[in-house]
Amino acid sequence: MLKSNALKGLGLIIGLVIVLILMWASVLYGYTDITSQMIIDSFTNFDESNEHYIIQDNRIPRSLIAAAVGASLAIAGAIMQGLTNNPLASPTIFGVNAGASFFVVFGVTFLGITSLQSFAWFAFAGAAVASVTVYLLGSLGSDGLTPIKITLAGAAIAALFSSMTQGMLAMNETALEQVLFWLTGSVQGRSLEILMSVLPYLVVGWFVALLLGKHLNVLVMGEELAKGLGQKTYLIKLAGALAVVLLSGGAVAIAGPIGFIGIVIPHIARWFAGISYSWVIPYSAIIGAMLLLSADIAARYVIYPQEAPVGVMIALVGVPFFIYIARRGINE
Amino acid sequence: MKAIQTEQLSLGYKDELVIEELDLTIPKGEITAFIGSNGCGKSTLLKSLARLLKPKDGSVELAGKDIDKTSTKEIARQLAIMPQSPQAPEGLTVLQLVKQGRYPYQSWYKQWSEEDEEAVQYALDVTGIKEFEDRTVDSLSGGQRQRAWIAMTLAQDTDIILLDEPTTFLDLTHQIDILDLLSELNEQEGRTIVMVLHDLNLACRYADHIVAIQGKSVFEQGNPDEIITPQLIHSVFGLQCQVTCDPICGAPMCIPYSRQRQMKGANRYAAQQVQAN
Amino acid sequence: MSNKQFPIRLGKVSFLIDKKSFYIISLLTFLAIVLMIVSLGIGQLFISPVDVIRAVIGQGTEMQNLVVNSFRMPRILLSMLAGAALAMSGAILQGLIRNPLASPDIIGITGGAALTTVIFLAIYTDRSNTLTMSIQWLPLASFIGAVVIGFLVYFLAWKNGRITPFRLVLIGVGVAAAADALTSLVMILGPIHSAAKATIWLTGSVNGTNWNEIATIAPWVFGITFILFIYARRLNMQELGEDLAKNAGQLVQRDRFMLLLLSTSLAGGAVAFAGGIGFVGLMAPHIARKIIGSAFGALIPVSALVGGMIVVLADILGRMLFMPLEVPVGVFTSLIGAPYFIYLLFKSHK
Repeated sequence: MLKSNALKGLGLIIGLVIVLILMWASVLYGYTDITSQMIIDSFTNFDESNEHYIIQDNRIPRSLIAAAVGASLAIAGAIMQGLTNNPLASPTIFGVNAGASFFVVFGVTFLGITSLQSFAWFAFAGAAVASVTVYLLGSLGSDGLTPIKITLAGAAIAALFSSMTQGMLAMNETALEQVLFWLTGSVQGRSLEILMSVLPYLVVGWFVALLLGKHLNVLVMGEELAKGLGQKTYLIKLAGALAVVLLSGGAVAIAGPIGFIGIVIPHIARWFAGISYSWVIPYSAIIGAMLLLSADIAARYVIYPQEAPVGVMIALVGVPFFIYIARRGINE
Repeated sequence: MKAIQTEQLSLGYKDELVIEELDLTIPKGEITAFIGSNGCGKSTLLKSLARLLKPKDGSVELAGKDIDKTSTKEIARQLAIMPQSPQAPEGLTVLQLVKQGRYPYQSWYKQWSEEDEEAVQYALDVTGIKEFEDRTVDSLSGGQRQRAWIAMTLAQDTDIILLDEPTTFLDLTHQIDILDLLSELNEQEGRTIVMVLHDLNLACRYADHIVAIQGKSVFEQGNPDEIITPQLIHSVFGLQCQVTCDPICGAPMCIPYSRQRQMKGANRYAAQQVQAN
Repeated sequence: MSNKQFPIRLGKVSFLIDKKSFYIISLLTFLAIVLMIVSLGIGQLFISPVDVIRAVIGQGTEMQNLVVNSFRMPRILLSMLAGAALAMSGAILQGLIRNPLASPDIIGITGGAALTTVIFLAIYTDRSNTLTMSIQWLPLASFIGAVVIGFLVYFLAWKNGRITPFRLVLIGVGVAAAADALTSLVMILGPIHSAAKATIWLTGSVNGTNWNEIATIAPWVFGITFILFIYARRLNMQELGEDLAKNAGQLVQRDRFMLLLLSTSLAGGAVAFAGGIGFVGLMAPHIARKIIGSAFGALIPVSALVGGMIVVLADILGRMLFMPLEVPVGVFTSLIGAPYFIYLLFKSHK
């Protein structure tokens, strides 16, 4: 763990540089050979060559999306763990992925949607519906939103949605074929427009998350203590939930349900940055982006020339590292 | 008579030693209190006496036998420990909790013998929580909850009872109440009681034997009447104080100095006392 | 003791029966039996409950005997057993890990079974989409996956001579994610038909169960349940935390190993035959806790009955709603369980 604030700040800057390097690498490597010179040329001197089109229409959006989605999911996970005070919480527990998948599969099965753009809006809507339901259920009762209620209500709602999704898929083989790739999560083949249409939500989410850090530090010490310190806890919880919905909803809209990042990255971030959410959140963002970028690059080579879904690669890249850290000791 | 004895005991977490090469004897049938500043290792020591923490070096002997070489079930019938602020699972009732104390006497076919029933009944009676036995532990007040945990420890029916700060989070009435209860158990049934106590004056009042821990070892031990002096308090806690006589039971009593509030000329309380006399 | 409990003693043998628990368990058992009788009557050939009972004891018409005893009975028994096994497995894990999110899914037991299942389907499906290996071997493949992952998690979490529940569950989450990822990879690389079949397995299905399967799983579940009753009191102690468990003379690490083994074996057995039925392992123990409280002696049978009933009910819905089409049982488990759970959650918070 990095001890002083200066070191933590430095770590963050190094992390940011690594993210930029990985983004560059993500444009460089793949089925089509690209050189750094070509990337620069494609901006300054676009010559309509195949390579330049691939750079501009495929690789660059993909690299940006991987970074944005990875960061967003990891931040959402960190906030969820703070809100629920449970180290096992993730946006999945908020029902986000289950809701998004349900809406998309519903759309494919009954409304015949096919384009990735329409998948994105269905997914976003589903994520929002599921998480609002969870939030409302978790807030019922006189004691308001408590960690245990939101956790259990979330788990129940997530189970509810995912079972309905599985039901539709089990009944309909063609729908399965269409959405299977989407359901495992991928950042490949998404246009820049998809990112652009969702980006405003993500940016708001990032902004709220960064402001939220020091408030979460207080909230995790217990609701009563937080209130005693003058915190409007309902407001913090609402803002936290909003950030989770925007970030994970946006992420699932672009890339489909990607698990693991949300639950695991915050733990890795804590290993570097300690337990203060003011640091955990930016560190989560950086590490999440790193993981998704490197997983996406790895996905292009592991079953070359085919591409593996990035969700698969995230787990395969992230799990060994995570297990190493879990064994080295994580703050309980 | 000795209840527990340690030999060259060293304790610690990871690479850091908290207690080093300690030889300590806990007298049988008496109340022993560990005192010391925060983080001096008194809770660690207590845990190791109850084999909850493996020594880095040295040994703990219970009734002359090394606890590391004694079966843990056998120890559980001789010695019980109540950890600091234990947590009960949601929805567990007081009765269910207290029954857990009988664990070391039970097996899968012997789940509820008459002795079990008597011991639980006794524990509920003696701690005065019979009327709450069907309430869940989390619905009790702090004092009642502490009594429930003590009842569980009592149901274990051991000669030695270790308690890690049994009075934390309790108001003064309940602190006295719990300590009176422990002292009755000691006097009427001859149980050996070892506890970590924060309140020095209560420790002096209730303990027969005080162990002051400082600098990874025992700084001083013995009867409070003999060892509690301003010098000791200063060495162990780094606090300036006067030691006077507890007006009720005659034990030593520490009145600490404050940096700011020395006795002022027109102290209203002192004036009232003078008038009343 | 109070009049709410009565002890049974015979020489050295002694037990304590809690009256409330006894009544609740009896009531639930009765309900479960009624539910199973109703379920036996439902299908394309509708049979009244009275005729069902007649058929069960071999006194119905030939057709009724055949349908009830050969076709429907095995799948209903499997639903009951699998639901019970998953629920007990979850109850153990929640007590052991002291986290309400613990379940056989989260520490990778189901994921491991899913992985070996899709590998089996992918390897033994040829180009013409027929299985080249008898489907009878599928449960074995699933079971091996569950157990291998269970132990992998256990050994990875082992450090300095001990396992902490927290590390166990974190490592479990990691390993589960890896298993899920590999499962997706195999499904995408393999033929789409095997993916479809795998999806049904992953959802959980009791369709086409035969008596041989029951003959395998029933002794398994009952045997482990029996051992579990011996361990219930240890589990009670575990739930009070490591210090108190040690204080009571428990060999904490050994018991953790045994409890994990029991949990894995139960979940492994259930998913081997019924597939990855979700929800039950996570939620049935919570429902049971709301009904009966936290003491495991009663919590285990109540969890088992609740879990079994959820799956039987889900199977009824799966067969009835879109007749003659059949929906896999795993689809409805949470559809039934979740609303009831949410109801209980908020009733008890009032």
